[in-house]
Amino acid sequence: MQKLLEWVDDRFPLIKTWEEHLAKYYAPKNFNFWYYFGSLALLVLVIQIVSGIFLTMHYKPDAGLAFASVEYIMRDVSWGWLIRYMHSTGASFFFIMVYLHMFRALLYGSYRGPRELLWIIGMVLFIALMAEAFMGYLLPWGNMSYWGAQVIISVFSAIPLIGDGLAEWLRGDFVVSDATLNRFFAFHVIALPLILVALVFVHIVALHKVGSNNPDGIDIKKNKGPDGNPADGIPFHPYYTVKDIVGAVVFLMAFSAVVFFAPEMGGWFLEHDNFAPANILQTPPEIVPLWYFTPFYSILRATTESIMPVLSVMVALLGLLSVFTVRGVVAKSVMIAIAAVLVIGLYALEAKLWGVILMGASLVLFFFLPWLDRSPVKSIRYRGWMYKTALTIFVISFVVLGYLGTQPAEGPKVLMAQVGMVLYLLFFLLMPWYSKYDRTKPEPDRVTMK
Amino acid sequence: MKKILALLFLTVVPVTGLAAGGAACGMVQCDAVDIDLGDEESLQNGARIFVNFCLSCHSAAYMRYNRMGQDLGISDELVEENLLFAADKVGDLMKAVMPADDAKVWFGTAPPDLTLTARSRSPEWIYTYLRSFYRDETSFSGWNNAVFEHVAMPHVLYEWQGEQRALFRFEKSTVTVEQDDGAKVDKEIETKVFDGFEISKAGTMTEARYDAAIRDLTNFMVYLAEPAKLVRYRIGIFVLLFLFILFVAAYLMKKEYWKDVH
Repeated sequence: MQKLLEWVDDRFPLIKTWEEHLAKYYAPKNFNFWYYFGSLALLVLVIQIVSGIFLTMHYKPDAGLAFASVEYIMRDVSWGWLIRYMHSTGASFFFIMVYLHMFRALLYGSYRGPRELLWIIGMVLFIALMAEAFMGYLLPWGNMSYWGAQVIISVFSAIPLIGDGLAEWLRGDFVVSDATLNRFFAFHVIALPLILVALVFVHIVALHKVGSNNPDGIDIKKNKGPDGNPADGIPFHPYYTVKDIVGAVVFLMAFSAVVFFAPEMGGWFLEHDNFAPANILQTPPEIVPLWYFTPFYSILRATTESIMPVLSVMVALLGLLSVFTVRGVVAKSVMIAIAAVLVIGLYALEAKLWGVILMGASLVLFFFLPWLDRSPVKSIRYRGWMYKTALTIFVISFVVLGYLGTQPAEGPKVLMAQVGMVLYLLFFLLMPWYSKYDRTKPEPDRVTMK
Repeated sequence: MKKILALLFLTVVPVTGLAAGGAACGMVQCDAVDIDLGDEESLQNGARIFVNFCLSCHSAAYMRYNRMGQDLGISDELVEENLLFAADKVGDLMKAVMPADDAKVWFGTAPPDLTLTARSRSPEWIYTYLRSFYRDETSFSGWNNAVFEHVAMPHVLYEWQGEQRALFRFEKSTVTVEQDDGAKVDKEIETKVFDGFEISKAGTMTEARYDAAIRDLTNFMVYLAEPAKLVRYRIGIFVLLFLFILFVAAYLMKKEYWKDVH
């Protein structure tokens, strides 16, 4: 055995890789509840790939056969129902894990330097995951699959000049059809999974280069023990492998509870309208994407003519604030120019297009977090009331927008979504100021075990 | 830990709160129906009604006869003798007797496939719908339905239920409408409100017996929509038990490894 290991190690950096990433990768010893979700997201990815392979063996990407092939999997394929429910439940759990993982970063400032690139890779991963989920949702070829894809692809036609051509190019047809189903299948089962796995690999390599953050947001490499390893660090293996196994088992209990007892989750994980086959002549009463897209969908719908004055006042005030903050005539002029262009744009372009822009912005803003946050501390434990309030408002508006996205856009719900959208955007746009002027507490020298 | 529990509580409560609440079935409130997939007799009776009546026009084309037989304790021979009207082999899919093209000519629309209706609508919807047909001379088939207005389907089971008449009253109310020029005007509108049924011609079944038959049919259609439902709860309990034991073992292992970390 030893000989074999040596033989391999002479030809492949086996022991080196093992030590660098597991046995001698030192992670802070004070990880808490929020630090489970990275490894759990990886576990869901594995579940999705394995269950997906078996589904692909029986599924037929053909507009005439797709719906029936899913029911064939549910009835005639041995354990097909279990594989299918694992995959459909896995999709929702993937987003639950990823949202909690991202929330952890907001709590403890994990996106701050030197982890900016790690955060950006993670955000690209998140957007790739959204594309993966969106395309996968078309495959059962239910009526909601069909109309959901129809609505979301038509969003692209709001882009001036190239919009209609772009939407047609994406669909491969004038409406969502067999051509669309086939290409979405190709993207869903091979193109995007490859990208996802590659990005996960890069995400982990980047993490191990800069080291994990921790709930105190302090650098454990500053305090090294006599052996040259961080005094507050412990080897990932065996400490965090055994700890993450506990997390994985608890996760699997929650996951199985849904798979076996409530796979539809009352219409939240599998929608009722999707148990009817795609029908181009019959629109569902209310077309709604699945819950994990609804916060962004809400922002798309909330952008109407009536909110333009509010948005232009917001832009003007932010512009004014920037002008007073930045130094130098050039910088000040640039700020004025940006604000002016935006205000003119708000009235010059259609509200529908602004909906698309703001929906995009609600994702893109996350990329800029490392530079928007100017607090001297990273962790929420040492931040003042301003950041805590801002984060609370952000989480509430995210959840409210998510709920409103599943509801018909009418009456007071439109106004609520507009308020939610403005608060969502302000969390990011005002961050340079409230994070800087917040009254922070001093960070400790060593990590604390709470 | 307290914070975590509070968070979980805050996320779970709104979701469960939204799921509850009586749904509307067309003009009427959905009636609750007692679904019990452990009641094999009820499922068998439902299957008999389904195959004899529904399958004449509707299909259940994702389901096979012999699978239904195996699940409901009906042997292949019995299925072949008593239930196989529209197919040759017990392994066939449950297609409709009537060709879809003819149906389109006769009813104006092809009758929808019923395999998944219990999932796309709801069991309550089916149960209420099948008990809400009423006589309507103005309609094409002579029937109408309070759950699904102007439905093309006639009342197939009227011999059992008898004939119902629907009682409506008209409620007047005023609403403010905004006109194209922006002016707001009060408009009086009349809404048709359903007030109940009265039996105009008695059927061969009492109301209670008819309701029980429809309950069996609905019960069967819940099974039909998801045959795995018969087994997944039972398997789920064993999976959770196994995971619980695994959790205890994993937790003890973690504790052992971590005892020197302070």
